[in-house]
Amino acid sequence: MTEKKLSSLAERSNAERQQIRRERMQLVLRNKTFLVGAVILAFWVILAIFGNLIAPRGASDQDFEYVSVGPSLKYWFGTDANGQDVLSRVILGTRLIVVMSFTATALGTVVGTALGLAAGYFKGKFDMIVMRLIEAISAIPVLIIALLAIAALEGRSPTLTVIVIGFVFTPNIGRTVRAAVLGESELEYVAAARLRTERTPHILFREILPNVLPPIIVEFTVRLGYAIFAIATLSFLGAGVEYGSPNWGSQIAENWGSIYANVWWATAFPALAIASLAVSVNLISDSLLEVFEI
Amino acid sequence: MSETPTLELRNLEVAYTVRGIDRQVLRDVSFSIAPGEAYGLVGESGCGKSTAAFAAMRYLPRNGKITGGSILFEGNNIVDMSDGQVSDLRRSAISMVYQNPATALNPTIRVGDQVAEVFQLNGVSKSDALAMAEQALTRVQIADPIQVLRRYAHQLSGGMAQRVVIAMALASNPRLLVMDEPTTGLDATVEAEVLDLVRELRRDTGTAVLFISHNLGVIRHMCDRVGVLYAGALVEQGATADLFNNPSHPYTVGLLRCIPRGGLHKSTDRLDTIPGTPPALGTKFDGCVFAARCALAEDKCQSSQPQMVTIKGNHVARCFLSDKASSLPRSAEQIEFASQSATTAHEVGETLLNVSHLSKVFTQDGHQVRVINDVSLTLGVGETLGLVGESGSGKTTIAKLVLGLTAPEEGGVVSLDGKGLAKTLNRRDVHDVGAMQIVFQNPDQALNRRHSVTRIVGRAVERLRSFSVSESIDRAHELLSGMRVEATLHSARPVQLSGGLKQRVAISRAFAGAPQIVVCDEPTSALDVSVQAAILNLLVDLQKQDKTSFIFISHDLGVVRYISDRIAVLYLGRVVEFGSSQRVFNGPFHPYTEALLSSVPNFDGSIRKRIPLTGVVPSPSNPPSGCVLNPRCPRKAGSGYETLCETEEPNLTEVEPGHFMRCHIPVAKLKQLQS
Repeated sequence: MTEKKLSSLAERSNAERQQIRRERMQLVLRNKTFLVGAVILAFWVILAIFGNLIAPRGASDQDFEYVSVGPSLKYWFGTDANGQDVLSRVILGTRLIVVMSFTATALGTVVGTALGLAAGYFKGKFDMIVMRLIEAISAIPVLIIALLAIAALEGRSPTLTVIVIGFVFTPNIGRTVRAAVLGESELEYVAAARLRTERTPHILFREILPNVLPPIIVEFTVRLGYAIFAIATLSFLGAGVEYGSPNWGSQIAENWGSIYANVWWATAFPALAIASLAVSVNLISDSLLEVFEI
Repeated sequence: MSETPTLELRNLEVAYTVRGIDRQVLRDVSFSIAPGEAYGLVGESGCGKSTAAFAAMRYLPRNGKITGGSILFEGNNIVDMSDGQVSDLRRSAISMVYQNPATALNPTIRVGDQVAEVFQLNGVSKSDALAMAEQALTRVQIADPIQVLRRYAHQLSGGMAQRVVIAMALASNPRLLVMDEPTTGLDATVEAEVLDLVRELRRDTGTAVLFISHNLGVIRHMCDRVGVLYAGALVEQGATADLFNNPSHPYTVGLLRCIPRGGLHKSTDRLDTIPGTPPALGTKFDGCVFAARCALAEDKCQSSQPQMVTIKGNHVARCFLSDKASSLPRSAEQIEFASQSATTAHEVGETLLNVSHLSKVFTQDGHQVRVINDVSLTLGVGETLGLVGESGSGKTTIAKLVLGLTAPEEGGVVSLDGKGLAKTLNRRDVHDVGAMQIVFQNPDQALNRRHSVTRIVGRAVERLRSFSVSESIDRAHELLSGMRVEATLHSARPVQLSGGLKQRVAISRAFAGAPQIVVCDEPTSALDVSVQAAILNLLVDLQKQDKTSFIFISHDLGVVRYISDRIAVLYLGRVVEFGSSQRVFNGPFHPYTEALLSSVPNFDGSIRKRIPLTGVVPSPSNPPSGCVLNPRCPRKAGSGYETLCETEEPNLTEVEPGHFMRCHIPVAKLKQLQS
């Protein structure tokens, strides 16, 4: 009799669990902010992966019969002053900015998370030193640090840019993680882990980390938006990427002079691309904020 | 019945929208409160008590809505009123006192301005309002109102803050006062003071009160009539004495039976439980809401909904079988659990743990605060040592020192089985760590919400007993099943479990390393009484089987009395009384223990004279000279030991065999004063 009641309780609990999951999924899918952001981002990610196959022309193909010609059936986004297809260059430029912004943000997130975990858990002197360093770094504007580093190291390689941006983002992530860990490490499951002789790395990465993931994910998407802008800006300023490679920032830099000759298309389309990519990421981070209820 | 009731709920239905779906919280709730009457609502958490309170003010959360019925305030339906009319009512006729006074006051505004605001809203000028605020605080017996008016909320103690909230609630001379668990977060002595105050004020003002509490003792003390809520439905209602003396719904019967009350002890009595769990929010019922958990339930209970039947006078119960309710079969599940503890040759009662001269000093804002002062205790094999005292008395800190979670000051020694242990956890070996474990107060915080039940318990077995992973998992499942956590729940995350199940998982984890001592830090205070009874039964069974010793921390004296063999009473980090459970509860008492015991609202309704403690607990950073209790001691005056009490701290001395007290007044004299 009792046995039967208990097993039905267990079944009920499992059913409830699936029910809750289903309802939450519906909530996310019903969230228009998330849907719009995800669709746009997916569009750019597909272009980043399959751009080579999709782009109608090569990055440096020139057509001297069509120089600075507006959008037409042949060239949907028009051509620039070099007779290059704006559409193809936008498509081919996607991969670089998507890959660079993701890796830079990921780098900053990994380093920042490690620092934040340690600072929030150990507290005391270590925390104080880390926090002062973080404050010092975040006091200087991102672009100035990046430009200085690139100039000092005389590098125009994407790798260097990724490292610099990752470094500059570390403080923000570190601070977010630390704040979450401060509260989390006071919870009794941490004491319980110590009471079964767990070592510190296990407590940090297996016990605490999974519980501070939601703010990390949100912070990641916020930073990703900034990374897209930072990389576009750096390449617009001529730093950060190799010369001549198709990328949105340089594309705008090369063509913005011709706006006065009414050749708006050569700058408008790459600018729209940057804006839509950044907006899609921001939409996603907004909707995640809502779902995680931070 | 010619008089219009102050508040009347008629067939009220309320639903909450959760994850996009409407879920019913109140089902056809009807009751009324006459002017000057105190009406109590009881029930376990999630039964809709607070929803009923908020609905009475039409102040539901954003996702809540009234889906049917009416709420009449002095005959006018609040449901149909405009928002403006409702605010008028809230300003002038209905007030509310919330559970947590700390969050009910605005932390950035001085208390005086907050209290004055209530008067200003009713059109009084600012300067007059401040004068009236002072009077309002005097009315709730705040000794130094001018001082208090200048302070901010965080500078007030919990009891003082709740007085201020009550003063604000009464400022507009309301005709209805809604009190939602007004004393739940407060210590027993403070709770008693606040309840006394509310009773006095009610006598003076004649305000109707809707009083909500999960504590049956408090309700019995405070209310004229009581309604019992279960799953959002009113299942029984009647005059307080009728309902408590002749409960006529099986739920009420079960609820009353599962409370460890005066005199029950684990050695002779097993607590009753209510099997099963309350239904999830929004469950739909064909029959009686309680049928699934009712041992008396018949076929008709499952298929058709019972109506209210009259028991006697205005005592009604919603049950087909109300005449049989008092014969509800007792229910108390036994554990089936293979003993795995290290086969010790110990006899029950032999000394196992010896704690001597433990002290702990914290540095706070540059000040040295001695939170634990020279505490020495012993614990025998298979015994339970109860630690009681108000918040801030150092109960939990002692537990942490014993477990090695924090290190004691120089000179403090914890020895287990005659062997001195290292001060901190990191330097104790696996055996010593596994030998002493803890069950925390709040299972939500004590279980990692990202890990499965199996992982939580299995990992503890793996670390503490050096088993292989698969052995650990087998052992974890065995433990969990023994604690009645069903196999299908083993892969669940804590969030999917009810409070009681979570605490069973936490207990399984504590027993993973075959411990000799388990510290239970308020293990049932976050749980409903029916679940509390099951957990206490489980702990007692485990103790009988494995000769495990417990250090049991609780503010609930009934629970401590039930489960403890010996009791230590703590005040300001000092042991003031230590002895067998019998001695401590039957006297002669230490004056502090006496005051503490007298502040618990009596469950059987008998009147007990309250021995009040004057003033507030002093700060441990600046303890009074002499005996730390002396400024508040109810027995100091007239004892003839006043000067000694004020100048010299008494030692903990053995006043009777096995009964220790820290008091200058000789035990014979205490006995005489207390008789």
